[in-house]
Amino acid sequence: MSTLRAQLRHEVSTTLRNSEQLLLTLIIPVMLLVFFSLVDVLPTDTKDPVDFLAPGILGLAVMSSAMVSLGIGTGFERTYKVLKRLGTTPLGRTRLIVAKIVSVIVVELVQFAVLVPVAYALGWRPSAPNWFGAVAGVVVGTVAFAGIGLSLAGRLRGEINLAAQNGLYLILLLLGGMVIPFAKLPGAISAVAKALPSGALADVLRETLAHGGVRPGTSWLILTGWAIAAPIAASRLFRWE
Amino acid sequence: MVRYGDLVAVGGVSFTAAAGEVTAVLGPNGAGKTSTIEVCEGYRTALSGRVSVLGLDPARQQATLSERMGVMLQEGGVSPSARVADVVRQYCELYGKGVVPGELLATVGLTERAKSAYRRLSGGEKQRLSLALALAARPDVVFLDEPTSGVDVGGRQTIRGIIRDLAANGCAVVLATHELDEAEKLADHVLIFDRGRIIADGTLDELRRGHDEIRFRSSAALDVAALGQALGQPVRSVGDGGAGGGEFVVDGDATLVAPLTAWLAAHGEPVADLRAGQQRLEDVFLRLTGDGGG
Repeated sequence: MSTLRAQLRHEVSTTLRNSEQLLLTLIIPVMLLVFFSLVDVLPTDTKDPVDFLAPGILGLAVMSSAMVSLGIGTGFERTYKVLKRLGTTPLGRTRLIVAKIVSVIVVELVQFAVLVPVAYALGWRPSAPNWFGAVAGVVVGTVAFAGIGLSLAGRLRGEINLAAQNGLYLILLLLGGMVIPFAKLPGAISAVAKALPSGALADVLRETLAHGGVRPGTSWLILTGWAIAAPIAASRLFRWE
Repeated sequence: MVRYGDLVAVGGVSFTAAAGEVTAVLGPNGAGKTSTIEVCEGYRTALSGRVSVLGLDPARQQATLSERMGVMLQEGGVSPSARVADVVRQYCELYGKGVVPGELLATVGLTERAKSAYRRLSGGEKQRLSLALALAARPDVVFLDEPTSGVDVGGRQTIRGIIRDLAANGCAVVLATHELDEAEKLADHVLIFDRGRIIADGTLDELRRGHDEIRFRSSAALDVAALGQALGQPVRSVGDGGAGGGEFVVDGDATLVAPLTAWLAAHGEPVADLRAGQQRLEDVFLRLTGDGGG
């Protein structure tokens, strides 16, 4: 347990001290939330843009920490042989992965602790939110995005992985229903966007937080499918060195 | 056996590294040294064969083995932005052997660099940090890959002292190195790898035995053919002897010293730094591997 605690402390402090990660996981989501809530330029089709944006930005926060931040950090650790070095200690692979997952959850808690009050301050008033359903969505989304991030990190070289994670982040941000509604995307692109984990998570969060329900619909199925497939892909693709 | 695709990296290797000894693993690049050590660490699994480290199977009991094993990678192993003190503390906690981070930093001479980021360290300081991480395990067996590579003279002395202390305290030290001089200074036992096999296994004396030589300096224009004919042994020029002279080697024992010096005197050739004895490890290595790369 002390071994896991030692690694967990290292993971959390490394993530929170990293200014680039902070920009990605906290500053960009806050900026997007504040800017597009105050400047009504997005075709959100809601009375107040923040009603559409807040759940989407929470999904974006999950994607940025569970996929991009975890993926980039792990990719560079692999390139610098940090993982190989840790592999010869009593830590072991299982505890290393657990430490990384817990550190992502800690970062997500910090993100939500900042984003939810900011959204409230901007006028977000979810009607009868189903917080339990939202947490479940966040957990499933975290698993899905972590699987995608680690799949890339486990195969690509550090710099290429960095570019790939950031590129994917941008694509999923624009197509994922987080800041732009699916209905405003061209038909074919909209269909693809709905099948993406970002779109599914944003939809799940919007449903649970805005309407208080856990719609057992397509978005849950898509998100769960990603949460199963992506970790399997990661376990098959991942190379420790 | 270790195989990468069609390439057999290690095959037919058998050796023992004893507790309380420094075992040097030498060989040209690609000889199979690192692959063999990685199998011993449990990092890589051999396709066939049996490996036992501290009585444990590294492939199946790596978790138990890792608690008693120290590892120093050839390079890397630490994030560039990580601070020295943080990494040392992390590894002390991971091993949980009660090693005090501050004392460990002092042992490897990095106390003043405790707050520095890893990327700010010199090559030698990085090696000393890497050694510190291996020491955090209070190891019974330690695998050191090129521990003095890129290290300055003072740093080398520090690292050699630590390695000697480890062996003196009963640790089995396995030292992979290209620095033959390093092996000559530290090793109790030498393994020479070539093309995935061990081609020499013994103490330094055992490897050198039967390969005496006489080494001396003389004028660069020395007629080595005539001298060789007079001695009945070929004479080789092996380099610059300084001040316009040359360095020469004759294979043979000390009985050749008298006829050699007599011939040089008769032909008016100077002689300096004459040494009769066993071959240097470098010569043994080159003779066995036919490799100049070390």
